[in-house]
Amino acid sequence: MSETITESPLRVDVPVAAPPPDSGRKGLTKKELAADHPTWCPGCGDFSVLALYFKLIEKSKLTHEQFVSVAGIGCSSRFPYFVQAHGVHFIHGRALPFASGISLSRPDLHVFVFGGDGDAYSIGGNHFSHTARKNVKLTYVVMDNWVYGLTKKQTSPTSPLGFKSKTDPWGAVDYPINPMKQAIAAGATFVARTTSTNPNHVLAMMEAAMNHDGFGFVECLSECVEFYEGAFDAANPRKGGMFKEVPKDHDATDEQAAYQLAGTDFPGYFGILYNINKPTKNAKEAEINRGMMEKVKGLKDWQILQKNFDRMR
Amino acid sequence: MSDTMTAASPGGAPKVSRINEAVIRIAGNSQDGIQAIGGFLARLAGRSEQEVMTFMTIPPTISGGPSIFQVRIGSGEVLSAGDEADVLLALYQHSYEEHIGSLKKGGIVLFDADHVEPKPEWQKDYHHVGIPISTLAVEAIGGTAKDKGKNIYALGLIARTFDLNVPKLEKLIAERFGGRDESIVKNALVAFHAGYSYDTGNLLETFKFTEGPGKGGHQVVMNGNEALGYGLIAAGVRFGAGYPITPWTDVMELLRRELPKYGGSFIQCEDEIASISMAVGASYAGRVAVTGSSGPGISLKSEALGWAVMAEVPLVIVDVQRGGPSTGLPTSVEQSDLNIARFGSHGDSPRVVLAPANVEDCFYTAIEAVNIARKYNVPVFILSDQAIATRIEAFPEPNLEKVCQDISPDLTMVPDFTPYDLSTPDGVVPRVVPGTRIASGKYPVATGLEHDEAGHPTGAPKMHQAMVAKRRKKLLALQATVPVPKVHGPPEGNVLLVGWGSTQGPIREAVDRARAAGDSISSLHIKYLSPLPNRLDNIFSGFHHVFVVEMNDEGFYGYGQLAGMLRARYCDPRIRGINKTDGLTWKVKEILAAVKLKLSSNGRAAKTV
Repeated sequence: MSETITESPLRVDVPVAAPPPDSGRKGLTKKELAADHPTWCPGCGDFSVLALYFKLIEKSKLTHEQFVSVAGIGCSSRFPYFVQAHGVHFIHGRALPFASGISLSRPDLHVFVFGGDGDAYSIGGNHFSHTARKNVKLTYVVMDNWVYGLTKKQTSPTSPLGFKSKTDPWGAVDYPINPMKQAIAAGATFVARTTSTNPNHVLAMMEAAMNHDGFGFVECLSECVEFYEGAFDAANPRKGGMFKEVPKDHDATDEQAAYQLAGTDFPGYFGILYNINKPTKNAKEAEINRGMMEKVKGLKDWQILQKNFDRMR
Repeated sequence: MSDTMTAASPGGAPKVSRINEAVIRIAGNSQDGIQAIGGFLARLAGRSEQEVMTFMTIPPTISGGPSIFQVRIGSGEVLSAGDEADVLLALYQHSYEEHIGSLKKGGIVLFDADHVEPKPEWQKDYHHVGIPISTLAVEAIGGTAKDKGKNIYALGLIARTFDLNVPKLEKLIAERFGGRDESIVKNALVAFHAGYSYDTGNLLETFKFTEGPGKGGHQVVMNGNEALGYGLIAAGVRFGAGYPITPWTDVMELLRRELPKYGGSFIQCEDEIASISMAVGASYAGRVAVTGSSGPGISLKSEALGWAVMAEVPLVIVDVQRGGPSTGLPTSVEQSDLNIARFGSHGDSPRVVLAPANVEDCFYTAIEAVNIARKYNVPVFILSDQAIATRIEAFPEPNLEKVCQDISPDLTMVPDFTPYDLSTPDGVVPRVVPGTRIASGKYPVATGLEHDEAGHPTGAPKMHQAMVAKRRKKLLALQATVPVPKVHGPPEGNVLLVGWGSTQGPIREAVDRARAAGDSISSLHIKYLSPLPNRLDNIFSGFHHVFVVEMNDEGFYGYGQLAGMLRARYCDPRIRGINKTDGLTWKVKEILAAVKLKLSSNGRAAKTV
């Protein structure tokens, strides 16, 4: 054996599984869930999403052992600091693959991912498409404010044409992304749209996304009062706008219909645009594992490896 | 074929010589299956308690192109794939012309007379034996087989020439081709026996290996990528993520195939950044996970690597080095990623770098890397390279029951948790992973922002300074446990050759050869490259010259990447570089010639080497 400086402990069989929650335990309360006071600007739409996340956890009776909150970089990605629970503040744009790593290796945890439009659709655009197509089981809430806020007003991938920012003083010239279309085209299995000014709707969408077995994506308009004030007034009845829900007769399993709703001019439709059931990446990997493990049933890990080594003698 | 003892050959029959080692180079095209012949020879050597080392070149093209496979088999110690071949098997004119130079004077060139026109001027230096291999292979197994059986036919020829163990080879052939169509094994065996029974008359002598010392126990035969992959499994790794890139891909394919048997997964990601992110995510979630790549992919992983350093999440990163920069030489070897492994990523981001010395070491280094990562909560690089990844060696079978380990996380409730506690003496804080209940109700956020002890973001100058120091201190604690490497040869003398990674074998062989000729030379192999072991200066002080032998560029100042680090640490002008960047492994004679040149250019007496 070559030089090594750490001892290899003998193997001990400890399966990864969360201890069963105490039967007597109640769901977490908002008080237990609130951590640092958010650093967001007063009036920011993200406050509403945070409050409703607390409500969702409370309502779902999740315990601290059952979920993780993950985020990338941006104003909204500060989210995990404000939640008193296991959380991750990862790097810009890569929250989804990180979260997938948790989801695929820890079936006992529900993974919530939070981020903004820059994180999701610009620097993380590639991961958005691929996590959607792989249908990794997790809940992704994007707080879209159509602007880069943390870096103080640069054009974002969802900034509308003509939006004046520090990087486009004459008005944005690049055509914006339509996140819902993008998600549907990528193969997302759950696509919903909401706005932070309608709390009940936000909660309903987050809850439906969480209960979806697969990649649950919620696009949530969340106004940046500092750098894009009034961006979503047209979707807010209190500001004279219109909150239009997805038509009652919309078939959320119809991709074409979903795509059509997604393409409606702003303020567009709010609600579940698309919702289908397809086996998740998690389920497919588990199925592969079941098949492979059946072949080595009853063997200890070292004995499985020994079979490979026997063939290399 | 050193120490040849020629036995008298009675009655004009081909003579039989006893040898204790041989270097066989097979040159053809990549689609001829010459790697398979080499593989059979290597595995046979392993089963015969011989030592073996192989060397191959593969064209970077998708299919086709000249390729070689060299096997060195010995009854004694085999440290390199050999500088010169004893036997060259040339399948084409280009193989013949390109590789005759690698054959030693008086060596045997076995060539396919269907494709090779021998050159008269070479006839006196090399023993030419022409055999219509293509025609005979087709004749043996029937017209439909085309070129398919050629390699196995040639294996038969080699088996006859070296009096190899036929039953063992037959078994290997059956194992290799078995499980598929019955006729494939049958055809292969027919081709093998046709080659084996080809009568070369008096043209060719037969060689017989002397018995080795006998090692007892089983040997296993595999290449470095396999050893690394299986080592990770033995270490308890059950999750990995990667993106295909040569020569790392074999490791990821192996893990993708094998991990499900253990309930684990290896995920092919959309890109290199997603791969490391996913692996860090899985590591955060509990068990140490792995990602890997080769140069270009490692560059892309740098930012997420820095996060793992900052957040103190363990990770194993495999870098199977190839020629760089950029796309570089995808199928050639270089040791030019030491700097990126050591320093790549922004900010002060200390991490661990280990480099395996040979195929066996790939297996154990993988376990070592996992254990360091989980003990110190830090990313650990395994710096392999193209040469070690593809070369085949035989080594004593590990005691798997003993080495296999379970690294499942402990999810038992804890009373309280301070993720970045500054009060521990060595800076190491055992992790509490998600899914764990914390009685105090205070939960940690793993973060890439500078943070206080609880994990809250802070820009406080003193806190940043304290946390930077904490991350450094952890690895100083590791450094205190790193063994001082042993000098190969006497601890004092004229020249010390220092190497790392896959060059250990050829460097040792160079030392052995030069010492046998009376030179004062020793060598030192450094496996722990970050942090470096302590007290290397004590070793250096025993020598007049310290030459760091590396497969990377000498840079602006005359020394390579490890030499640069050693100089930075010890400010010792005796440390100089012996470097090359031709994309091939070091030959023993190249190392010795470079030492000679360095000594003479130094103006000092070059008498000792």
